[in-house]
Amino acid sequence: MDIRVESLHKQFSGFAALHGIDLSIRSGELIALLGPSGSGKTTLLRALAGLVPIDGGRILFGERDAATLTLRERRVGFVFQHYALFKHLDVFENVAFGLRSRPRRERPAAAEIAARVDALLRRVQLGGLAGRLPDQLSGGQRQRVALARAMAIDPTVLLLDEPFGALDAKVRVELRRWLRQIHDDTGYTTVFVTHDQEEALELADRVVVLNQGRIEQVGTPDEVYRQPVSSFVFDFIGRGAQIAGQARAGQFLVDGRPVYALRSTIGDGPALLSVRPHHFEIAAPEHGLRGQVRQQRQLAGRITLDVQLEAGAQVVEVDLDALQSGLAPAVGARIGLQPVAGTVFRAAD
Amino acid sequence: MSTAVAIADPPVPAPAVRWRDPLPGFGLTLGWTLTWLGLIVLLPLAALVVRASDLGGDGWAAILASQRVQRALWLSFGSALLAATVATVVGALVAWVLVRYRFPGRRLLDAMVDLPFALPTAVAGIALTALYSGQGWIGRHLEPLGIQVAQAPLGIVLALVFIGLPFTVRTVQPLLETTTRELEEAAATLGASRPTILRRVVLPPLLPALLTGFSLAFARGVGEYGSVIFIAGNIPFVSEIAPLLIVIKLEEFDYAGATGVAVLMLAISFVLLLAISGLQKWVGK
Repeated sequence: MDIRVESLHKQFSGFAALHGIDLSIRSGELIALLGPSGSGKTTLLRALAGLVPIDGGRILFGERDAATLTLRERRVGFVFQHYALFKHLDVFENVAFGLRSRPRRERPAAAEIAARVDALLRRVQLGGLAGRLPDQLSGGQRQRVALARAMAIDPTVLLLDEPFGALDAKVRVELRRWLRQIHDDTGYTTVFVTHDQEEALELADRVVVLNQGRIEQVGTPDEVYRQPVSSFVFDFIGRGAQIAGQARAGQFLVDGRPVYALRSTIGDGPALLSVRPHHFEIAAPEHGLRGQVRQQRQLAGRITLDVQLEAGAQVVEVDLDALQSGLAPAVGARIGLQPVAGTVFRAAD
Repeated sequence: MSTAVAIADPPVPAPAVRWRDPLPGFGLTLGWTLTWLGLIVLLPLAALVVRASDLGGDGWAAILASQRVQRALWLSFGSALLAATVATVVGALVAWVLVRYRFPGRRLLDAMVDLPFALPTAVAGIALTALYSGQGWIGRHLEPLGIQVAQAPLGIVLALVFIGLPFTVRTVQPLLETTTRELEEAAATLGASRPTILRRVVLPPLLPALLTGFSLAFARGVGEYGSVIFIAGNIPFVSEIAPLLIVIKLEEFDYAGATGVAVLMLAISFVLLLAISGLQKWVGK
């Protein structure tokens, strides 16, 4: 189901958690709400679920205003960060909860409930664990029970709050791929909240970057990574350096020397050049940004140099392919850094 | 010198030191427990039973056949059970309000819950009597309606609810504090109605604590004396509780009779508490 959010406002005693959010979610999409803590991403998710009252604007489920729908009528499948499984009920009963809670005339027969729960448990690969209590499961298994429970009500939209937050790194990556698989198989419109940009970029069809209760950018992972619309988005979405300088006549200047040719038109004046660590080329000291190598680190397939720039003594990270390790300058070497791709923003002031 | 020399592993001697639990554990604590239980609880109770054996067969038969004793026991246990039930329901509500909501005066209310613990129970009895007697603020309005509180079983139940309430509040409260709203939110998003959420999500995890509170309030109610004798009026066969009967027998120098009633109370209490604990075990599964 299409979901539209129109100038949504939410106030929490004194401070605004959401200011005028406009967002439209297409049926079947997988959307990530990405932002630092306090950005309003969880509040937005809870507002979609109807768990917090909103103070302005509206949310449309298809053509219906969500304000006119009860929680039962909204039929959102909500997966809580800490799963919120019913501890006194076994896995089967947890998943069956939504079906059993329906009013008597809408409730499926016991045999049908059993069949549906079994099918869901097989889908989340928990076929043999129907009789376990939540306390007897691992974190990843609990997460899957929570997902199966949310899917049992055949939700109009699946909402997941930090779905992988409480898991260790390896399980997190596995579950991420698996969630994508489930999404593609079932076609449920899915919105998940995360503060982890890697998770958002890898998993989502579109990423919504939030900051201080406002949407900074909405776009595909590639768009927000390559064409961030603000210095905040650039900084939040991945590693990289932001270098202060001047925009003048199509060039970005640092200490009066041109270091990067501007690709977009931006008025002359103070500006910030934002460059990802792998978008630097090592050059002779007289080219580009002058600096000195301070440290060299190796990590899985890449070499990272910490280069201290002459301008402002800022330290920037430069990633090199580990295959080219022979070309990496030694610690202490004076080099030039030539940005090959980057984005220029007007300086904030 | 490049000859390879085969070196045989020396035999590993079995560790000579017995593994010891680093915590001073079972032996010490069990010893203390048994000593304490024996001296403070079991010895006096045993003395009671021994004293009661002075009664002999006829004495026992007389006590068991006595209508007055039967009424008193029935009244004591019946009102304690009823009061514990009421205290459990009300106590759970009070605990819920104290944990879930923030309102001015919450801390004060929280502190007041413990007052019945600290108050000499006679004070509670006098206060309740002042309210509910025929001339009291509340009793005055109830009597014309045909509701007799003071000098009636209802008054006894009222006093026992007052005495038992802190037990149920204080056993449920800590457990409620550990439960999160998320569970209720999860149930609500799954389409459960409020009564369903209460019945299937909120109450089941609280059940063991509710039963503990119930059994504490019940046990306290059975033994309660001070507050009840003021409000009950102590009319034999109507509002005379078993503990009072024991005191009366003592005042009449009928020591054997008093211990006989006491042993009966002890036995019934023990059986009922055992049953509650069994129920608890069954619920906890």
